[in-house]
Amino acid sequence: MTRHRGRGIASINYPIGMNLGGDPSQALVHSNPSGKFTVALSSIDLGQGMKSVTRQICAETLGVPVEDVYVDTADSDTGPHCMGSFASRGTHRVGNAVMAAAREARGVMMEAAAEELEVNAADLDTDGRGNIHVKGAPHRSISTKDVAIAAQFKQGKTISGRGIFLVPLSEVNPETGEMSPATCYAHACLVAEVDVDDETGEVAMVRMDSAYELGRALNPRLVEQQLVGGAWMGVSHALYETPEPYYPEPVHCPRDFVEYLMPGPGDVCPHDIAVLERPAPDGPFGAKGPGEMCANPVLPAVANAIFNAVGVRIDDLPITPEKVLRAIKAQGGARPQARR
Amino acid sequence: MSKIPLQFRHNGREVAIFVDGGTNLLVALRELIGDMTPKFGCGQGGCGTCSVLIDGELHLSCLTLAETVAGRSIETLDGMKQGPNLHPLQRAFADNFAAQCGYCTPGMLMAAKALLDRNPSPSRDEVIEAISGNICRCTGYEPIINAILAAAGGRISA
Repeated sequence: MTRHRGRGIASINYPIGMNLGGDPSQALVHSNPSGKFTVALSSIDLGQGMKSVTRQICAETLGVPVEDVYVDTADSDTGPHCMGSFASRGTHRVGNAVMAAAREARGVMMEAAAEELEVNAADLDTDGRGNIHVKGAPHRSISTKDVAIAAQFKQGKTISGRGIFLVPLSEVNPETGEMSPATCYAHACLVAEVDVDDETGEVAMVRMDSAYELGRALNPRLVEQQLVGGAWMGVSHALYETPEPYYPEPVHCPRDFVEYLMPGPGDVCPHDIAVLERPAPDGPFGAKGPGEMCANPVLPAVANAIFNAVGVRIDDLPITPEKVLRAIKAQGGARPQARR
Repeated sequence: MSKIPLQFRHNGREVAIFVDGGTNLLVALRELIGDMTPKFGCGQGGCGTCSVLIDGELHLSCLTLAETVAGRSIETLDGMKQGPNLHPLQRAFADNFAAQCGYCTPGMLMAAKALLDRNPSPSRDEVIEAISGNICRCTGYEPIINAILAAAGGRISA
């Protein structure tokens, strides 16, 4: 028995969002009499950080502290319409909608502040700490709370804003099949290193090194978290997971968590990630979003690494020990390829 | 079927309930005591999110008959924080981004607590073994392993 080390690479070009009915999302922002703001969405946060990122985008656009923004989401009865959390579209589509809504709300807030300070709204600025002041004269200032109270109880104004982001539907060219489903693309490159056992066909992950270009990382820790977890999902798809039976009888299908194979905590490997920030012109503060592509490059990179290790090309997922072993036997033994 | 009276300690507090014969501990905790921190994942011991401590030992509450814990001491995530302060493990999970969707988190925290209670400075391999009965679908485990090591000794593994 020999364990063969192999290295494989994959690069991907990943669209942000999709071409379904133009792929719109909406957001509503309003202030409460306390001077805090609520963002109403129906977009889903599955733990990927939609609430954190839309909160940051809203606070930054309004010019208020992030603590002063509350995101109310995940209920399609109370939030405006969203196409959903998929296609890596959350940060880009929903973020843009929140930005538009917050910009409109900021306009009303500045008008209300101008009335209280008896100045022109164009001469006002926010300090990001909950105050609005005359440009160049920070002592001429009013808190967002006092503005909200004045708007609500004195001026009869709602400090609110509506936002929608829509990428117009791209028609398919009937001759060529050509269309333009996305307005921006993220990119990634991943190198996977594996050990392949030529007696058992088992593949063990040794390490991964990756570089992701995903526009501006609005929350770098959340981006890193998603890339680490998503790469694990990619390894799982590449080597373990399938709802299909490994053997011809459907009765051998995995039926539960015990039989459905997934890598456990003992199967993880070191993963070095470099995030390259190239702001997207139409992204909220330049963001595209990591989304699904955190898993995608892992699959081809692992398949290539197995080829590099033992010379077998498996094009059927998951790459189980049985498939590796049958392929090695079919070619009469492992044929390690050149390491580059 | 007649009800069975059952008494045990729940996070340091004596509780007395009536259970149907065959009721599992997870159902007793969630539906009769109202402690929703142990989660129902698979109901057959495959995922670990229902993990609780019984007399300090890690158990799957979905596979434990409620009747068998009479007179014993049950710890759940609900009793983990110390007054208004998060337990060091909870703090470390937050600081190390060890939760995404959060569904595995109660079980992971209980498995980690069972480990650190008996072994305050575990190795990375010991941490991995301690959480190997718990499935996480989001994080890729690495942040969870790092959080437990951080809570154990202010160490973060490379």
